[in-house]
Amino acid sequence: MKKFSLLLEKLLFTPSRNRKKSALKEYIANTPDPDRGYALAAITGDFKMKNITASFYHELIKEHVDYELFKMSYDYVGDLAETISLIWPNTSKNNLYELSLRKFIELISKKSKPEQKEIIFDLMNKSDANERWSIIKLTTGGFRIGVSAKLVKLALAEYGNKSIEDIERIWHGLSYPYVDLFAWLENKSPKPKIKFSDMFHPMMLANPINEEKDFTNLKPSEFFAELKWDGIRVQLVLDNENKKIYSRTGDDISKSFPDILFNVSGNAVLDGELLVGNNFKALPFNSLQKRLNRQNPQKKIIGEIPAFVKLYDIIFEDGKDLRDLPLSSRRQHLSNWLKLNPSNRLDISQIIEFKDWNELRQIKIETTEKFNQEGIMLKSKNSLYLSGRPRGPWFKWKKNPLFLDTILMYAQRGHGKRSSYYSDFTFGVWNNDNVVPIGKAYFGFTEEELKKLDNWVRKNTIKRFGPVREVQKELVLEIAFDSINESKRHKSGIALRFPRIHRIRWDKPVNETDNLKDIKKLFNFQF
Amino acid sequence: MPVENAIITHGHADHARAGHQNVLATQNTIDIMKIRYGHKCANSFQPLEYHKPLKVKDITITFYPAGHILGSAQILIENTHNRLLITGDYKTSSDSSCQSFELVECDQLITEATFGLPVFQHPKPENEIKKIITAFERSEKKTYIIGAYALGKSQRVIKLLRDIGYNDTIFLHGSQVKICDYYASQGIDLGKLEPVSHKKNKDFEGKIVIAPPSALKDKWSRRFSEPVICYASGWMSIKQRAKQSLVEIPLIISDHCDWNELTATIKKCKTKTVWVTHGREDALVYWCRKQDIDAKPLYMQGREEEQ
Repeated sequence: MKKFSLLLEKLLFTPSRNRKKSALKEYIANTPDPDRGYALAAITGDFKMKNITASFYHELIKEHVDYELFKMSYDYVGDLAETISLIWPNTSKNNLYELSLRKFIELISKKSKPEQKEIIFDLMNKSDANERWSIIKLTTGGFRIGVSAKLVKLALAEYGNKSIEDIERIWHGLSYPYVDLFAWLENKSPKPKIKFSDMFHPMMLANPINEEKDFTNLKPSEFFAELKWDGIRVQLVLDNENKKIYSRTGDDISKSFPDILFNVSGNAVLDGELLVGNNFKALPFNSLQKRLNRQNPQKKIIGEIPAFVKLYDIIFEDGKDLRDLPLSSRRQHLSNWLKLNPSNRLDISQIIEFKDWNELRQIKIETTEKFNQEGIMLKSKNSLYLSGRPRGPWFKWKKNPLFLDTILMYAQRGHGKRSSYYSDFTFGVWNNDNVVPIGKAYFGFTEEELKKLDNWVRKNTIKRFGPVREVQKELVLEIAFDSINESKRHKSGIALRFPRIHRIRWDKPVNETDNLKDIKKLFNFQF
Repeated sequence: MPVENAIITHGHADHARAGHQNVLATQNTIDIMKIRYGHKCANSFQPLEYHKPLKVKDITITFYPAGHILGSAQILIENTHNRLLITGDYKTSSDSSCQSFELVECDQLITEATFGLPVFQHPKPENEIKKIITAFERSEKKTYIIGAYALGKSQRVIKLLRDIGYNDTIFLHGSQVKICDYYASQGIDLGKLEPVSHKKNKDFEGKIVIAPPSALKDKWSRRFSEPVICYASGWMSIKQRAKQSLVEIPLIISDHCDWNELTATIKKCKTKTVWVTHGREDALVYWCRKQDIDAKPLYMQGREEEQ
């Protein structure tokens, strides 16, 4: 527990990703099984003790510490695990006790609640504040230490001298404490074998295209183009009677879409976009939202808003992994498979014919403006199916951004390398004689521009709130964004999607910027 | 708010201000005030040694070491039937950079409560300072900048480093130099110190730099390439708070009492009445009342939270 708690503390306070990764590798190298596996599972959120929750600790603390003092402290500290770990009386027994994670888990699992309380009470007395914090976090989850599952996988790949792709392809089929994984990483046994239908397979994602740079290098004949559908990306894992739908992040959403699973069969892993509508005619995203996060929907709603999938890709067929075949041949497999396994819920996302980029641009403008499509996808015909977002093979070409002139209101210091710069900007627009905030942006500018902005903020501060500075309402920022929506959460009543700073208008007077009423008019008209 | 007669407990800016007519304080405190505010920051200064009673009309004033910083004093004001003790800022744990705290029994106590919540249990400073040395051994080439207040904290951090055997030159932000020189002149051996001023980036590789906390986030810190930011403060025990201030190595080193020191002092000084000020009054007042000690919060003017 001591080693684990030191690792957590180090990960929490180390700002650099690379150094976090090194800390993880070092821990993996110096910690035996199964402790290292439990530790990683706890960090990625896979390991959690279901029956120990916040209320368990509230009860425990009530029994041992003055509850009024605890409440005042909790109010000040704001985090339950921290408050308890800090308020617990320190005794001379601290630091004298070493407990492996394996022993801890054995000790605490499958016990009644009163027994668990007694065990935790005893351990808290034998631990220092940092270990107590780790015990609470380990049992309740939610570390907030700035380590993603991706970073853990990268550390594993580097530790075992394997490619990240190799790790990704088996990760979701592994279970903690990952003894088989470590044995493989240390070349003591072959790669763990996992049946294709026992796991979610990480998806391949696209990068946004850079129209100026990319099109000069890319050959139209080497790419497939298809529509970018505005639904949710899903993966169907079909193994005869065993059928599942996963979201892009690997969450099992089968229960929300029984209508799809009932109507499909076969043996394959398919990649596609889940949409709603009749006869494969997609309804707007708003309609799909009525089906999301709703488990076991009633027949009525299924009838009104039936779901279907536009298929993009096939990555397993009859148990065979197709990911290392080029896309052109996977598309062949896909259409053959669908012929053999037809379904009224599966349709192929059509390939768009085009000769050159200009023609495709024309198609994009037509489809996005007339049919409200999200844009165009471009995929290299030779591309293998790689997990994550590799740079190069797949691109998304979104509809053109929208723009607004806004006024800089607040600036906040950034993180990591940017920690001495004011780099997070809140901007607003006129509402009568006031400026109201409508969004935040922290990219879209160059390093040079950041320095100038930082300087401007420091010179034009009118108020400070901790790390935030309010500035004179005198600088115009031209903001680019993808879409604008009504929002009840924002005072202004509007919310921008993907806002970024397009240009800093050092030249423009603030009284020439847009006002809220006109913006609402303008975009309500569009909707 | 300047007054005619001021008794100053110690030299921190929220306790010692310029512009009073007459100042009564320890010699150290008077020296520090002159260094920070100039020789004419008060009309007249009257030094008073620890333990030497001073009769003023029908009361007696005596200073006792408060263990907070060099020259810090608790003030005992007594007459024939009442003893009132004002602690000022204080700590009871050991500190070789200043005079050690002495417990004074009293009838009425005015105590500070900067860390007046039971979540504050300061660890041993010797163990905290070792974190720097451990980090050093892992990556020698980095520059370690320790954020520490120029008066008191900075010298204590340096002294702690020296006490565990760190003998290399320690570099100082310009604002730290004068006070460090003063401490040295008073026999507190801080070893070899040098101002950062015109040195090159490379000169700081594998070195320790001490700077006021405000400089850590300022343009000043950009001169070092990828420094490791450390921060010595009692607040560092709260992880998310330390994290928010972008500290990589939090050092829980405080010049104030933690909760256990506060409550132990209140018990041991046998006071009947406690006035709680400077910090989180509520919890300490609540605790006193549970021990059947009369207690009230005392709200003071011009007080801001000390970082």
